[in-house]
Amino acid sequence: MSCYLTTGKHLSFYASFGTVLLLLAVTAPVSLGFGFAGAMAARARLTPLSWLGKGYIAIVRGVPDIAFFLFFVIALDQGIEYLLHQVRCPDWTDPIRQGADFVVCDSAKMPLNSSPQWIHEVYGFSLAVLTFAIVFGAFAGNVLQGAMNSVPRGQIETAEAYGMTHRQAFWRILVPQMWIYALPGLSNLWMVLIKATPLLFLLGVEDIVYWARELGASKQARFTDYPHGDWRMWYFLALLIFYLAFTRVSEIVLDRLTLKLSHGQATVGGEAQRKAA
Amino acid sequence: MKNLILSTAALALTAGIASADVVRLGTEGAYPPYNFLNDAGEVDGFERELGDELCKRAELKCEWVTNDWDSIIPNLTSGNYDAIIAGMSITEERAEVVDFTQGYTQPSPSAYAALAEGLDVNTAVVSAQSSTIQAAHVASTGATLVEFPTPDETVAAVKSGEVDAVLSDKDYLNPIVAEGGLVFLGDVYLGGGIGMAFRQSDDELRGKFDAAIASMKADGSLNALLAKWEIEGQF
Repeated sequence: MSCYLTTGKHLSFYASFGTVLLLLAVTAPVSLGFGFAGAMAARARLTPLSWLGKGYIAIVRGVPDIAFFLFFVIALDQGIEYLLHQVRCPDWTDPIRQGADFVVCDSAKMPLNSSPQWIHEVYGFSLAVLTFAIVFGAFAGNVLQGAMNSVPRGQIETAEAYGMTHRQAFWRILVPQMWIYALPGLSNLWMVLIKATPLLFLLGVEDIVYWARELGASKQARFTDYPHGDWRMWYFLALLIFYLAFTRVSEIVLDRLTLKLSHGQATVGGEAQRKAA
Repeated sequence: MKNLILSTAALALTAGIASADVVRLGTEGAYPPYNFLNDAGEVDGFERELGDELCKRAELKCEWVTNDWDSIIPNLTSGNYDAIIAGMSITEERAEVVDFTQGYTQPSPSAYAALAEGLDVNTAVVSAQSSTIQAAHVASTGATLVEFPTPDETVAAVKSGEVDAVLSDKDYLNPIVAEGGLVFLGDVYLGGGIGMAFRQSDDELRGKFDAAIASMKADGSLNALLAKWEIEGQF
């Protein structure tokens, strides 16, 4: 049994948990950054910038995730290769699109054909992070925009009365106070993001769902030292426990964060804390 | 400065040569005995040994990549790998999008398998892997087709009673039926043998593999491999 659980395949399975956690660890701050930038742009007084921010939030929020994942990654990959092709192989005369084929010169391939497999995997993973960040960034942008508008107007008025510039009032008064309004929305997004990680497989990254399915599939004695029937139920049960445990831990952390951010705020939570103290 | 340009050019040139030598082979990794992941998580099976031998004969450095069956052709044409070697039967529909080498197996039988004998496969509910010749065949009969993304799921559906029978390559079903539980209902001959698929713009590479397959047929080493993995039909 212990031998079975430590086969190369199982080690890849365990490693894929790391992949998922890494994806979350990288994607969450990056999408928060995208969202913040989007919200700031949407609130900008410069009209084109405001359109850009609003457009980003509206369009990406309106497109189904799966369609976005299928379309955007291919478009991005081919776009990068097309640009590289223009730079590195200016003398190339053959058309890039030949029927169904997308052909660029060898040195424009991303990553290069000669690169070891792990580079291909890192590249695929980065595309995945970027795509997740753009999708969830749009939702985060909407949440943050709402949060910024929820900070009582009196706070900003007071800041202006003290002679703060628009920029100072934004960074010193608005941003520190908006998080308590943003947190419920952001925590929802975090939960959805955790559960959206199996989309990774759509992008060619071998995630936990891929390995669970592969390991759970029935195996015949000719092809493995450990033949077994259909064990997918048990592997998926393990995934269920993993996701439940992970979201539970997240909930605990988010609850503590809410408590902390409520401190001194003119909200029901903040008021309750003040009375208890 | 001149030196710098020269050395960059030299580097770019060698990089070009090096990259031309690596051929990425795309496979599914879920279709024993053709291709599957062994306990160590590496690609194994008939096509692994065949592909390695072909690359040796064509003097190419090859790297194995696994890809979902459903997107295996689009990912070839968009250039994620250079060849498909995944138990893919040569059919006219596929040949419109990709170019095949000569077959490296004989046109082999597909077989129906079910829990018990005496089932009319032309009226039953039959499972097959999506985008396969078997799925196309079931759809062309009077049977109800239920498609699954992986071969394993097509068999699991029979065992769980979700469908009445499965239609798949007989070579794939043989070890499963041998272990008990399922019985064969009959064979149908579909497709024109299994070949490697290449981008239509990649004739040169296809030629190299085609020649290597021909040389393996000529010296009998292909027959030895087919026999070793118990795949029906010899050349």
